[in-house]
Amino acid sequence: MRNISPALGARWKVAGAAALVGVLAATACGGDGGGGDDSEVEVFSWWTGGGEAAGLDALIEEFEANNDISFVNAAVAGGSGTNAQAVLEGRLQSQDPPDSFQGHAGAELRDYIEADYLEPLDDFFEEQGLNDAYPDQLLDQASYEGSVYSVPVNIHRSNVLWYNPSVLEDAGLDPEAPPESVEDFVAALEQVEEETDVIPLSVGAQWTVDHLLESVLLGSLGTEAYNALWEPDADWSTAEVSDALDDFATIMEFTQEESDAEDWQEPSQRIVDGEAAFNIMGDWAAGFFDELEMTPGEDYMWAASPGTDGTHMWLSDSFTLPVGAPNEGAALEWLEFVGSQEGQDIFNPLKGSIPARTDVDPAAYADSEYLTWALEEWESSELAGSFWHGVTVDNRWKSDIDTALGLYLQDDDLETLQEQLAQAAQETE
Amino acid sequence: MKRARAWLPGLLLVSPSILLIGVFVYGLIGWNFRLALSDQHNPIDDGDFVGFANFVALWQEARWPAAVGNAVVFTVVFVGGALVMGWLLALLLDKGIKGESTLRTIYLAPMAVSFIATGVVWRWLMNPAPADRATGLNALFVNLNLDFLVNSWWTAPNFGMAAMALPAIWQLSGYIMALFLAGFRGVSEDLREAARVDGCSEWQVYWHVVMPQLRPVTLSAVIILGHMSLKVFDLIIAIAGKQIVADVPAVYMWDMVFEVRDPAKGATIAAYMLIAVAAFVIPYLVWSMRKERSEGRA
Repeated sequence: MRNISPALGARWKVAGAAALVGVLAATACGGDGGGGDDSEVEVFSWWTGGGEAAGLDALIEEFEANNDISFVNAAVAGGSGTNAQAVLEGRLQSQDPPDSFQGHAGAELRDYIEADYLEPLDDFFEEQGLNDAYPDQLLDQASYEGSVYSVPVNIHRSNVLWYNPSVLEDAGLDPEAPPESVEDFVAALEQVEEETDVIPLSVGAQWTVDHLLESVLLGSLGTEAYNALWEPDADWSTAEVSDALDDFATIMEFTQEESDAEDWQEPSQRIVDGEAAFNIMGDWAAGFFDELEMTPGEDYMWAASPGTDGTHMWLSDSFTLPVGAPNEGAALEWLEFVGSQEGQDIFNPLKGSIPARTDVDPAAYADSEYLTWALEEWESSELAGSFWHGVTVDNRWKSDIDTALGLYLQDDDLETLQEQLAQAAQETE
Repeated sequence: MKRARAWLPGLLLVSPSILLIGVFVYGLIGWNFRLALSDQHNPIDDGDFVGFANFVALWQEARWPAAVGNAVVFTVVFVGGALVMGWLLALLLDKGIKGESTLRTIYLAPMAVSFIATGVVWRWLMNPAPADRATGLNALFVNLNLDFLVNSWWTAPNFGMAAMALPAIWQLSGYIMALFLAGFRGVSEDLREAARVDGCSEWQVYWHVVMPQLRPVTLSAVIILGHMSLKVFDLIIAIAGKQIVADVPAVYMWDMVFEVRDPAKGATIAAYMLIAVAAFVIPYLVWSMRKERSEGRA
């Protein structure tokens, strides 16, 4: 024992010293951020898989080729962004912000703005001429108290009705003329139920019902009244909202019993498998159908969700400039790049979304029948913000709506649902 | 000096862990309660002391009583089910089944599986689709012509959580079996023989002679199951995700802390959960300490 112990002691010393150096290095990493020399840019996101990561990688490659800035990818995987948001919150609170981070444009960023974590980008938008490149309504809906805080890089559409053409034919409906109003939709659902054995409308877990609710509200109330619901003095206790919720309750009667046990993919798959006639989901379903190697127009077709033709219910990934970003100059270069026509045309075909700018090259999206359609619609549509995807409500309001809806799914009490929605709208002011 | 030499090395040895536990367990529990007593409802504000306002306000919300109700249903079915299953398995093994060690390993195996993995499998097994689209257990029932057993499992309001307890029972009953088996084996054969000589049936031997001696084992089993059940999170998330139909306090807390970012409310829910677990554990600690003292072991 005695012979071994000095060696052991030395080894412990080395280990201890190594650990200490490690700790010092780690803290130094956090500490030296203050005086960045703009030779690198650290960008935070939750894009670590699938089309999202592919799109980001393509952006990085092009960005590094054109700039003398090295890109530090601080993406955090998992939890559809929940994990990343927890990490980000910690970094922002300890004043160690990344140079830029990804977030959904709109009210979802409100918590950060109120905490003074984000720089307003009005001057940047002015300099870069972005005010002309983005639709006015988009800038308006993405702004907070008159200022823009993020640069939208893409647009997803939330109000899309997906359907199986052969199932519709079996039910005696014309696949070329999908239901245009909420009443037509209910009639079509009834017809599917009577004429066939398939599920008229497939939904999934609670959040996909939230997603359905926003499309029904938009279709039933109209764009203007829907957008007004998210204004500070919005009244949710009106007869119009009651009617819209009635429509929602009627539509929910045509969904499958086991929906709680499914996420969004299973209900979407039911469309192409011919097990369901209709499904309302965001346009990431198009990417999912591509993965399943389904043919648009044959295995599945789409239209604006009933009553919402001419309105694009949008959600958008965007990049921000945190207060105290260590390499602010480099961060602005990055924002300039993701806001540019070139950057958006690189990113979006890979991610399966359309660019937020209206002056892009349609040829880049010609490979996808869906993206071509969405791009045409985007350029000519009125806009409405998706509440479920964080455009019109902050996290607390969103959670309140989700809870009210979840309780409604248990007890079927439509009156209480409306009361709670009205209360949620008031509490947030 | 001599006395210090007796206790000092021991103290030095344990002091780092005492310090770490003091700060990171009890310190953080204290910090959590301080937060729960404040009105810091977003990550930015400092928050003032508001007493028990948060603890009261939670009961005004529709979601909290529902989550508590779900947790109660889950706890009753899970603790009861795992105790009965574990006891039965132990009884069978104790009666000298062939290949005991193999069976013991098989029954214990689910313990090695994480709740997440269990949840993923049982999510499929307990698919609530009706007979014509049935999968999982419902499909099995349909194929066996037992259509009346087809049910909506955990998606049923009110008592759906009873179904949610099935995977937990499956996972823990092997462990409870091991506890009971050790208890059965600890009862001396002389006692059983004496009872048999006195004319007891085998059933009476178990009920009147063996079982009374298993009270400490049963109590430990209830404590272990009970505190697991009150803080159940991963199993629920794996099967149902975040939905009101399967809402429990732990899921609610996670939602408040990481999605809504309401520190005070999250801390309040955490405090309630800690109190509930403590209500199980503290009487047990007191009881076992008294017992050890009376037996002269402490």
